[in-house]
Amino acid sequence: MDYFLVVLLQIVGAVGNLALISVGLAVIFGMMRVINLAHGEFIMLGGFAAIFSVQAGINIWLAMLVIAPLSIAVLGVVIERLVMRRLYGRMVDTMLASWGLSLLLIGLATTFFGNRVVGIAAPVGSFRIGDYSLGAYDFVLAGIVLVVFAGGYAVLRFTRAGLIARATMQNREMASSLGIEPSRVYAITFAIGSALSGLAGGLLAPISGVLPTMGVAYIAKAFITVITGGASVITGTALSSTLLGSINTVSTFVTTPVLGDVALLLAATIFLRLLPTGITGRIFKGAP
Amino acid sequence: MTFSTFSRAGSIHIALAAIAMLAAIIILPSFAPLYTLINVTLYMSMGVFALSLALLWGYGGILCFGQSAFFGLGAYAYAIAAINFGDTTLAAAFAIVIPALFAAGLGYFLFYGRLSDVYLGVITLTVTLILFKLINSTGGDAWRIGEARLGGFNGIPNTPLLTVPFSGVPLSPAQMFMLAAIMLFVTYALCKVLIVTRFGRAVIAVRENEMRAELLGYNAKRLKLAVFVISAGIAGLAGLLFANSVFVSPTMFSLSMAAQVLIWVVVGGLGTLFGPVAACFALQIATAALGKLGIVDPNIVLGTVLVVFVVFVPGGIQPALAALHAWIATPTRQSRTLEKVAR
Repeated sequence: MDYFLVVLLQIVGAVGNLALISVGLAVIFGMMRVINLAHGEFIMLGGFAAIFSVQAGINIWLAMLVIAPLSIAVLGVVIERLVMRRLYGRMVDTMLASWGLSLLLIGLATTFFGNRVVGIAAPVGSFRIGDYSLGAYDFVLAGIVLVVFAGGYAVLRFTRAGLIARATMQNREMASSLGIEPSRVYAITFAIGSALSGLAGGLLAPISGVLPTMGVAYIAKAFITVITGGASVITGTALSSTLLGSINTVSTFVTTPVLGDVALLLAATIFLRLLPTGITGRIFKGAP
Repeated sequence: MTFSTFSRAGSIHIALAAIAMLAAIIILPSFAPLYTLINVTLYMSMGVFALSLALLWGYGGILCFGQSAFFGLGAYAYAIAAINFGDTTLAAAFAIVIPALFAAGLGYFLFYGRLSDVYLGVITLTVTLILFKLINSTGGDAWRIGEARLGGFNGIPNTPLLTVPFSGVPLSPAQMFMLAAIMLFVTYALCKVLIVTRFGRAVIAVRENEMRAELLGYNAKRLKLAVFVISAGIAGLAGLLFANSVFVSPTMFSLSMAAQVLIWVVVGGLGTLFGPVAACFALQIATAALGKLGIVDPNIVLGTVLVVFVVFVPGGIQPALAALHAWIATPTRQSRTLEKVAR
């Protein structure tokens, strides 16, 4: 009984984790049809921002929840201005340019921060279920993810800004002829997406530590989660991370963590063969 | 296969490449130090790798983010077969056939599922990352195929060297260098010829407009699958040459390997064959030199080059050079006008 409860809680943790690392990419992809391959490096830099702030004596929650997202949002604005803006509408080129940025950021981080893992202690301890001990931080994290997703859904569904965002997402020309400036919407979207990546990095720093090349580990998973989710940013990402996170955790329990990751990627590949436009391309069409 | 459609420029390019290859084979081994020779062999194996993506992406219009999967598979297939057979001639064939078969399976899945651009990129990238993870986790005695231990992240350091067929005498570094030069030339000529055959032209038609090509009666899925398989075979050949100049390791599947080959094609020029090979040589020499100096992280250089080229030189070097050449070759506006009048 305890064992099943533990597996169930692990699944919740894994789903939260997957949703967290994917949401920044999902916002940028869903809104702008831009695949940001530097997403993993945004996560990495968010982690560094949080860790350096904590080392400078700032409260850890403030560092993870405010400083990490804000600093990466600023970086996102700069990158959008300098590079992305020139390439809108050229999907493959944006992918390549952001891959270049990813390499560049890895190189810069290695040069300035050193090629070693830095970490901070998790701000909350662990708890016990029967004979098993679980880290409480995973659930704090899942809770924050829930808040982010609920907030994102509410903003997109009920506010004027959300309406403008959805309009631009659905039909860019029509939105712009109704007086919405797409380039401004895109700039804001890129900043929000970057901030969410930064938040993910900040929150993951106590779990995994931060290393200049850590982004590589996240990008494939995030990528595949977003594509599996399909066109709807919030609903799609939530559904696909639930699906893939469960598959990952269960197969990790049955076999090894490496084969768990392989199972996740394989499942997503098969899924895309069945539903080429992702889950929300077929089911829950039009949900935000 | 008809050569009637083969342009004069195409034949000249192949002839020039043949001369360059012969010159390299005759001149370099006699005076270059062993270290340089081995390095150039390595660059040539990478040149073959660059050609595999230049063909697939530049002419087939298929952006494969995980070309390194076939590169690595070729090398592993070779190493495992060579260790098991004790002879390398047949193993060399495995290096080409296994990646091609793998590509046939994967490509069936991709092209007949009508997955295109981004999704294709994602899945191919995922495949190479899966292989990277899998191979990395194969440390220890439990993971072996026949006699060959897979060796996890250490790779297979005792990769057997290619031998002179049926004699068992391994090739010397100079002979290996010659083989790599010949293979690079053969691959280049093969690609060059392939794109002017009926098949190649149909592939280009699909790249230009898939629906129109299909309405004209071409089977776009089959054409894409075919060029995918050919490209995978070439990447496998590159893996074979790489395995013989370094050794087989999981880094062959890594993201940076996948990124490098894309960068060569972008920098060299999409839709060209010579450009990517030239870019491959230039960038490898540059990163090796920078790595030796230790001032700048090679990632910074590669990343900057990729961003700058995508944003400012989207056509790549070869078209830019061709434009420059045309500009120089046409002396003045006056003479151009005269030419027009004369016509």
